[in-house]
Amino acid sequence: MGEVIMKNTMILAIESSCDETAAAIIRNGHEIVSNVVASQIESHKRFGGVVPEIASRHHVEQITMVIEEALAQADVKPADLAAVAVTEGPGLVGALLIGINAAKAFAFAHNLPIVGVHHIAGHIYANALVQPMVFPLLALVVSGGHTELVYMKEHGSFEVIGETRDDAAGEAYDKVARVLNLPYPGGPRIDQLAHEGEEAVTFPRVWLEEDSYDFSFSGLKSAVINYKHNMDQRGGEISPTAVAKGFQESVVEVLTAKTLRAARAYQVKQVIAAGGVAANKGLRASLEAVFAKEGIAFFVPPLKLCTDNAAMIGAAATPMYEAGVRGNLMMNGRPGMELKSWV
Amino acid sequence: MIWLGIETANTPLSIAVVRDGKMVAEMMQNIKLTHSAGAMPAIEEVLTRVGLKPSDLDAIAVSEGPGSYTGVRIGVTLAKTLAWTLQKPLVGISSLKVLAANAALYNGFICPIFDARRGNVYTAIYQGMALEAIVEDYHTHIDDLLERLKAFEAPILFVGTDVDIFWEKIGAVLGDVAVRAPFSYDLPHATEVIRLATEVALPSVEATHHFVPQYKRIAEAEANWLKEQKEQAYE
Repeated sequence: MGEVIMKNTMILAIESSCDETAAAIIRNGHEIVSNVVASQIESHKRFGGVVPEIASRHHVEQITMVIEEALAQADVKPADLAAVAVTEGPGLVGALLIGINAAKAFAFAHNLPIVGVHHIAGHIYANALVQPMVFPLLALVVSGGHTELVYMKEHGSFEVIGETRDDAAGEAYDKVARVLNLPYPGGPRIDQLAHEGEEAVTFPRVWLEEDSYDFSFSGLKSAVINYKHNMDQRGGEISPTAVAKGFQESVVEVLTAKTLRAARAYQVKQVIAAGGVAANKGLRASLEAVFAKEGIAFFVPPLKLCTDNAAMIGAAATPMYEAGVRGNLMMNGRPGMELKSWV
Repeated sequence: MIWLGIETANTPLSIAVVRDGKMVAEMMQNIKLTHSAGAMPAIEEVLTRVGLKPSDLDAIAVSEGPGSYTGVRIGVTLAKTLAWTLQKPLVGISSLKVLAANAALYNGFICPIFDARRGNVYTAIYQGMALEAIVEDYHTHIDDLLERLKAFEAPILFVGTDVDIFWEKIGAVLGDVAVRAPFSYDLPHATEVIRLATEVALPSVEATHHFVPQYKRIAEAEANWLKEQKEQAYE
């Protein structure tokens, strides 16, 4: 019998790349000991979107309280920690800086190593908090700022095989929601409306080149705007449910088809969806159906791990920490940070 | 009593340690580098040089604004996180007052200025050793400031590197009563942040969570939104 090694790697993770101030304690990379998120959504609602300066101001107000809450809920002291992890990028630079500087000050005060995490790696690793990741793996990352297909042959190896050439899927959702006069954030409302309707307005699917895994959603967005415009000019009434349903069908069909084609081509053992739009019921149902038929394991994290949170940053940081990846006190926010392999 | 002082409100970066009312070390630079990358290493370097561990600190003082939004937030985030996690009191001092403190011995009015772009400034008028605020810190257009200063009819010393941007205009409006401080007075010192902090009552460590920058200006999006609300109410 082999010796059983009891690991106890406890990481404090901090995330502030957009409009959530978040901190979490993660044990051994997969166990959520605490997960605290202070959302600013109510504040940004009045502007119809996230205002960077307002986001930064809220982060400074919340940051120490959120970290303290994460430590208190976990009943963890700084001395129990192995490292501090923080989102280094991409994101809003002024927002990133708050989490990063708080992480650096905390790490310095307690002589802890610091690990800088890519936000998208975090979204992907949210899955490690639900079930073990099995490689090779394909991740569909869909959020307000990202639409990417990422191939992983092992832990820490990321190959972006497809990405959006213009709008992120979530961005298209928010813009279409504005056309339909839905309150911010519009994505979840469109998902809801799409399920309420029977009829769907037919909108185009943008496939790009035959062999491409890239996406484009700006044409679809324009098609929705033109449709509304034409109806307005003719004095006709549009059906918000039919528009929402038609728009969602177009997005979901393209995302599903490209993910399936990539999963086959790369012969992956697991497909995971990640990011805020992965919470979309229509997308979830479509991917689940397709991969059940295909016989490939498919997972989506629960809603609270799809939207921005620090638990996912801790999950991604743990294998990095164990592989010896370290940041230092000169760490800066990297708004356009690329997803690079760390193995 | 060991203090750490942090000043990152504008381009200059200054970190100081004061022990029992004496400055032990101060770091000062005025280079366009990001405080986000540079401020934390500077704190580490200063503490290392004087042989102190973070836990040796008894209190932290920070320049709380106004100034560059990002600069102020970096200093405040570092100070706030250190103070909270080390359970030591945190004192915030006006960035304008810190700059004016360089000229506290000046026999007249002291006008510190930070550029706030598009002809606007963060400014105040201080006077005397005690740095009494004759005009409180505020955000205004340079023309409005100079109009106000005309009434002072007494020498006014202008301090800060950003004074250069407006010096021609200041001279044109105020003439001889406007005095330009020597360049060595233009940079805010973390030692002054600490000195001014020692003059106020120490807040409780519980208060640290609620510490926020003093921007002296609401965010543009918020200003526009408030304006819209007013217009809608009027309609």
